[in-house]
Amino acid sequence: MIKDKREVARRGEAAAIPTAWEYAPAPESREIVHFEDRYGLYIGGQFLEPLSNERYTTIDPAREEPLAEIAQAGKADVDRAVKAAREAYAERWSQLRPSERAKYLFRIARILQERSREFAVVESLNGGKPIRESRDVDLPLAAAHFFYYAGWADKLEYAFPNRTPRPIGVAGQIIPWNFPLLMLAWKIAPALAAGNTVVLKPAETTPLSALLFCDVVRQAELPPGVVNIVTGDGRTGAELVSHPDVDKIAFTGSTEVGKAIQRTLAGSGKRLTLELGGKAANIIFDDAPLDQAVEGIINGIYFNQGHVCCAGSRLFVEESIYETVISKLKRRMKTLRVGDPLDKNTDVGAINSKQQLDKIGSLVQSGIDEGAEIYQPPCKLPERGYWFVPTVFTNVAQSYRIAQEEIFGPVLSVLTFRTPDEAIEKANNTPYGLSAGVWTEKGSRILAMAQKLRAGVVWANTYNRFDPASPFGGYKESGFGREGGRHGLEPYVALDGS
Amino acid sequence: MATAPVLPGGFELPLEPRLPRLGSIDAVALEERAATLATRSIKKGSKVFALDLAIRVMDLTTLEGADTPGKVAALTSKGIRPDPSDPNIPSVAAICVYPNLVAYAVERTRGTGVKVAAVATSFPSGQSSLDVKLLETREVIDAGADEVDMVIAFLSGRYAQVYDEIVRVKEVCAGRAHLKVILETGELGTYDNVRRASLLAIAGGADFIKTSTGKLPSSATLPVTLCMLEAIRDVHEETGRVVGMKAAGGIRQAKQAVQYLVQVHETLGLAWLTPDRYRLGASTLLNDVLMQIRKERTGRYQNPDYFTVD
Repeated sequence: MIKDKREVARRGEAAAIPTAWEYAPAPESREIVHFEDRYGLYIGGQFLEPLSNERYTTIDPAREEPLAEIAQAGKADVDRAVKAAREAYAERWSQLRPSERAKYLFRIARILQERSREFAVVESLNGGKPIRESRDVDLPLAAAHFFYYAGWADKLEYAFPNRTPRPIGVAGQIIPWNFPLLMLAWKIAPALAAGNTVVLKPAETTPLSALLFCDVVRQAELPPGVVNIVTGDGRTGAELVSHPDVDKIAFTGSTEVGKAIQRTLAGSGKRLTLELGGKAANIIFDDAPLDQAVEGIINGIYFNQGHVCCAGSRLFVEESIYETVISKLKRRMKTLRVGDPLDKNTDVGAINSKQQLDKIGSLVQSGIDEGAEIYQPPCKLPERGYWFVPTVFTNVAQSYRIAQEEIFGPVLSVLTFRTPDEAIEKANNTPYGLSAGVWTEKGSRILAMAQKLRAGVVWANTYNRFDPASPFGGYKESGFGREGGRHGLEPYVALDGS
Repeated sequence: MATAPVLPGGFELPLEPRLPRLGSIDAVALEERAATLATRSIKKGSKVFALDLAIRVMDLTTLEGADTPGKVAALTSKGIRPDPSDPNIPSVAAICVYPNLVAYAVERTRGTGVKVAAVATSFPSGQSSLDVKLLETREVIDAGADEVDMVIAFLSGRYAQVYDEIVRVKEVCAGRAHLKVILETGELGTYDNVRRASLLAIAGGADFIKTSTGKLPSSATLPVTLCMLEAIRDVHEETGRVVGMKAAGGIRQAKQAVQYLVQVHETLGLAWLTPDRYRLGASTLLNDVLMQIRKERTGRYQNPDYFTVD
């Protein structure tokens, strides 16, 4: 016994209480991913060298290291892709029995699930988003979209009762860089389910998951030409939009480009859906479950570095709980782990591009200049790569640029309100109308707010939650048309008399 | 006799020292946060730190009808020196036993720094009169217990009566023993109840709030402990008062223990990761932690026969 006691005392001295518990790096291995040195354009079931002969380099934004050479598709390349899609549409895809189309889509969904780790690493490497998000959000949702629309393929008559839904032809689809694979799934799954073929252009900075998806298409033995992937910058997109043999354009991206597309298509008879920017209001009432609301604020604006069109970038807090919410929010921000996107413990990853980083920087500067109060938690950023510290602005007036313009970065503007009517008036006072959040324990208030908020999606006591069965899309300058759910089929079918 | 207010929903508790707003808990968001924290990947040095900490904050527990002085003696030896082959392994925080066995544990732990906790107040149900509960509390403290784990009957809805009981037991403990109030969260049904019971226990004078008796199939869960930690955090921020937390029941694997510690770390910070403010109540966890530490040191898992069964 005595010996015991001595030893205990000695051990007690030896074990000094540490002042920090640093988590050791826990990087996801990138060995599972293999990139080619250079990629062609995926047209008619094979990779072709670009006729344009132009290429650019795609990089890892967290390390500023090159990942692969990407083709910059020109007019002739886009034309080839559209021709391949047209041929596949006329001769194969539109002739298939709908249940056969479903089989292919189910197959794609399963392959995505099987290869999800690989895709998650690609998304994080090329896009900068934390592996936790690509692994737990992007990939499961992308697979779920294919599963969901696979189910609709042979049930379209039930989606549109007493109508005769027919496919419309070749769809040109242009997607953004914030959720590269997920946006691809949102676009391709309903188009294929309804019997159309597609030419899809991934974003300039994040083409790799779309190019890897070509391998999934090959594995699933999809008939050649049903899915074509053309890479390049805005010029490629413009070629696709103005191509005469494209029947429908689906675009997700900035409001500015969306407006330009709409001008180009005016009078052309082509169908168009746009999913554009947002400046969503996240509204916290004084009876809200506060700690969970703070999680909702964090998830609303720092999820995917704020590169989310439906991000809750304007926080409206009822004045009576303003100080409590802000103090809880700031404390929570201190626990955000910013850094290597491939580290499993990272909460906030890298900004997608230099260009975007500069844009965020200049808007944040405008907030400071206009007199808002800035808070950024202490945060050690890696030396290389594009990074922005999670930021919150208080004392923001409705007229400030940071309260009006979409920042598309980890920057939150906080405003206050006193009554539900004031919250609605301020929340709706924006050219956008994509999404909103309401936090309250009172069910009747949730319903009343949802009716009055001019936003395509209203989340109640949660934020940034997605499901393939739930339609998503905007009001006003946030675009038109819906993706997801039965509504998401509508842009891809011709009904009697339309 | 102390008096307590009823708890009107949505209003602040008119108690001194002031407590945070009663508030409400959104179950979906709470569970989501707890699940996200559970995905933290703790490796290498940070894992060894966590495993070492798990032992330092452990209440090594035996609460069986079959408990005997011999069993308590064996457990106490294990708690003082969990791994005789490795002098770097710390002692546990406390040995947790039934009232009748307190004296044996006290004798064995004397001078070691390992505390003795006793479950009292008609553990595990608390279904007896206040007089009996007070008497039992007094007896275990007289026998040398450093800590008293009491149970409350929150679901009765007689909050004033429950509050009063806590206050009276606390009076007996005052200055002599720490009071841990067991909420038995597995019976509470909603996170709103967990929060209310936490605040009620804290208002009554609890030094620690504790999830469970360990006698129910459903004991500590990550969302429940997160809910309690947030109540503790609100009390600390509003009043400066420090209340400890004890997660107990169902924590059998080192991996779970690390998840609980990560949750504390990211909710209340490192300041709460000491035996003074945090405890893990467990009867079978210790050997798995020892096995994991050995694995981190040697790179290999060893046969369970190399770890003593006590």
